[in-house]
Amino acid sequence: MMVLILLVGIFQSWNIALSIFNLCLISAVMTMGANIQWGYAGLINFGIMGYTALGGLAAVLISVDPVQEAWRAGGFDILMSLWLIVVMVLVIRFILKRFEKSKIRSYSIAAIIISGILLIRFSAEPGIEAIEAVDPAKTGFLGGFGLPIIFSWIVGALFAGGLAFIVGKVALGLRADYLAIATLLISEIVVAIIKHEDWLTRGVKNVIGLKRPAPYEVDLQTTDWFINLVEKFNSGKLSVIENLADRQAALNQLVIEGSSVFVKLCYSGLFLVVVIILLILTQKALYSPWGRMMRAIRDNEEAANAMGKNVVKQHLLIFILGSAIVGIAGAMLVTQDGLFTPGSYRPMRYTFLIWVMVIVGGSGNNFGAILGGFVVWFLWIESAPIALFLINFFTVGIPATNALKAHLIESVPYFRFLMMGLGLLFIMRFRPKGVLPEKIEIK
Amino acid sequence: MDFVNAIILLLNYIFIPALTYGSQLALGAIFVTLIYGILRFANFATGDMMSFGTMATILFTWYFQSLGVSLGVLPTALLAIPFGIIFMIFYMLLIDKFVFKYYRQQKSPPVQFAMVSIGVMFVTQAVVRIIIGPADRRFFDGEKFIIKAREFKEMTGLNEGLALKSTQVITIFVTIVLVSLLFWFLNRTKTGKSMKAYSDNEDLALLSGIDPKKIVLVTWIIAGILATIGGALYGLDKSFKPFTYFNNMLPIFAAAIVGGIGNPFGAFLGGYVIAFSEILLTYAYKKFFMYILPESMEPNSLVQLLSTDYKFAVSFSILVIVLIYRPSGIFKGKVL
Repeated sequence: MMVLILLVGIFQSWNIALSIFNLCLISAVMTMGANIQWGYAGLINFGIMGYTALGGLAAVLISVDPVQEAWRAGGFDILMSLWLIVVMVLVIRFILKRFEKSKIRSYSIAAIIISGILLIRFSAEPGIEAIEAVDPAKTGFLGGFGLPIIFSWIVGALFAGGLAFIVGKVALGLRADYLAIATLLISEIVVAIIKHEDWLTRGVKNVIGLKRPAPYEVDLQTTDWFINLVEKFNSGKLSVIENLADRQAALNQLVIEGSSVFVKLCYSGLFLVVVIILLILTQKALYSPWGRMMRAIRDNEEAANAMGKNVVKQHLLIFILGSAIVGIAGAMLVTQDGLFTPGSYRPMRYTFLIWVMVIVGGSGNNFGAILGGFVVWFLWIESAPIALFLINFFTVGIPATNALKAHLIESVPYFRFLMMGLGLLFIMRFRPKGVLPEKIEIK
Repeated sequence: MDFVNAIILLLNYIFIPALTYGSQLALGAIFVTLIYGILRFANFATGDMMSFGTMATILFTWYFQSLGVSLGVLPTALLAIPFGIIFMIFYMLLIDKFVFKYYRQQKSPPVQFAMVSIGVMFVTQAVVRIIIGPADRRFFDGEKFIIKAREFKEMTGLNEGLALKSTQVITIFVTIVLVSLLFWFLNRTKTGKSMKAYSDNEDLALLSGIDPKKIVLVTWIIAGILATIGGALYGLDKSFKPFTYFNNMLPIFAAAIVGGIGNPFGAFLGGYVIAFSEILLTYAYKKFFMYILPESMEPNSLVQLLSTDYKFAVSFSILVIVLIYRPSGIFKGKVL
C-alpha cells in the first residue's frame, strides 16, 4: 500500500501523494471506530456521518475566536435557552423516576417536551436573529473559545460520545437492520441541525480559515532555516544550473513546493501519532478480558447474558467508544482542511464509504480496518485516472470523436462508485471476512 | 368568503402537494416493505433502483419524442413507463441472479443482505450516472396545468388561487389504480396469497407446496413496477436527479417503518403520514390566520412551527418516536 502511495508521489506529485496519505490516515481512524462497533460487538452503525460532522463542529467551536459582539447581542438569550433545556431534561427525569409507568405519565411528558420546544423557540428567536445579524458576511455566529485546534480532537470525541449515548439509549434495543436505518436517519437529523442553526455553526455559509496546528506555507517560504533546508535537499539539482538568477528562481520554486509538502508532512506526523495510539489501545482492548466478553456478547447474546454480563450496558459502552473515535476523525478532518463545510457531509462519502472500508479490510481486525481505510480511500481517489486509462486502453482503435467514447470519458468520475460497489460485492461473496480476517489467538 | 379563501389556501399549499408527495412515497414504501417482507432484508438500494427505472423511462421518452410520438396533452413519459418497467425488471432479476440469490441459498442473516444491497446501491448509482449523468433533468411535456391559479381566481372571484398541476392529478390517479390492483392481487389471487403466506411463515409455506422461486420472481416484478412508476411520477412532478433519488430513500424507509414494515397497506398509509406531517409542520400559517382571524388578532410572525430546512428531519423524528414507542409500526407490521 505504501508502495502505491510512493508511486503516486513519484509519478503525479508528492503533494497529491501526501494529501492522499493524510486522508487515508483519517479514514483509517474512522474505520477503526466503526470496526470496534461492528467487529467487536456486532453493532451496526450507519450514523458515521453524524459523528464526523459533530467532530468537525467541535473543531470550529474550539478554535475560532469568540465573536464578542454576537455574545453581547444574543448570548444571554442563548444561555437562557440552554438553561431551559437543562431544566426540561431534569423535570422529565424527575417524572420518570417518581411516577409509575402510565398513560398519563407518557402524555404529560409529551406535553412538557412540546411546550418546552415552543417556549425555547420563542425565547431564543430574538437572540438568534440578533446574533445572525452581526456582520453576517464574516461572522453572524457566536464563535468558539479561541483555543488551539488540537484540543478539539478530544472535544470532538466527547461530543460524538455524548450523541452516541443519546442515540444508544434510544435505538440500541432495535434489531440489526432497524438499528442501521435508525442511526442513518438520526445522523441526517444531526447534519440538518448543523446545516441550519446558523448562530452556532454559520450553517451553509461555512467557516473558513481555521487556525492550524502546523505552520503556514507563506511563513515557511520566508524563514531562513527552511530555505536552507530545501537548498540542502536539492543541492545536486541546483548546482547543475550555472546562471545565478536562474538558480535563485529554481530555488524559489522548490521552496514553494517544499513548503506545502512540509505542512502536509506535519499533519501526517500528527495523524500518525493518533493512529498509532488508537491502534495500541484497540489491540490491547481486543485481547483483554473486556474484548473477550464483547466477542462473547456478539456471538451469543443470550449465553453472555446468562453468564451475568450486562449486555445492554456493554453495547452502550462500545457504541459510545466507537462513535467517539469517529468524532476524533471528524475533528482531524476539519483540522486538516482548515474549513468547516456542513453542506459537504453526505451519507455516501461519510457513512457508506467507511462501511466499505470496514467490510473490505476485515471486520474485527484493527490492522484490517487500517488497511481497508488505506486501500479504499486510495482507490476512491485514484479510480478516475485508472478508469480513464482502462477506457483509453480498450477503445484504442476507436477515434476520439466517437460519441460513446466521448461520453464514457466524460463520465469517468462516476466509475469510482462502480469500483466501490463491485469491490464490496466481490469481497462479500468470495472473502466475507475481509482481506485481513479476524484472528483471535488464545494463549 | 374569508373562510373559503383559507380553505383554498390550505388545499393549494398543503393538501394537494402532500397528497402527491405522499403517493410518490407510498409507492416506494410498498416496494421497500415487499422486499422486506418476502426477501427479508432492508434494501438500501431502494432510491437508486427507483432512479434506474426513471432513467430507463426518460431514455424511452426521449426516443419517442425523437420519433415524434406523443400523447397530446398527456406527458410522453406515460407511454414510456411500461418500457421502463420491463427494463427495470430485467435489471432487478439480473441483480437477483448474480447477487442476492447466493445469499438466499446460504440463508445469510439480514444484516449481510443489507450490506450486499449497499454494494448494489453503489453499482446502480454508478450505472445511472455513467449512462445519463448526474445533472438535473426535466422530461415533462404536454399540458402543465389543469387549473391555473389565475383562471381559478377569475372563475370564482376569490382572492386565493388554486393551481392544479396535471402531474399531481396523474400521480394521484395512477397511485390509486396501481395500489388497488396490487391489493387485489395480494388478497384475491392465488399467487398473491401464497406470497403473503411465504412472508408470514416461510417453512410452512414451503411445506404446503409453494414454489419459492416463483414467489421471488413475482416479488421482483412487482417491485420493478412500483419502483419505476414511483420514480417516474416523482421525476415528472419535480425533476430527475440521481442524488435526490438517493436521498428520497430515507423518507421512504421512514414511511415503510412508520406504517409497520412487511405490511403493504401500512406502508401505503405511512407514505401519507410522512408527507402530511412534513408539510403541515413546516408550512407558514401566517396567511391562513390572516383570513380566519379578525384583523386585530393577526399574527406578526410567520407562524411556522419549524423552518422548511427541517423538512426531512421531521419525518425522521417521527420515525424515531415510532421506533421507540411502537416498534412494530402504527399498523402492526412484523414484530422487531
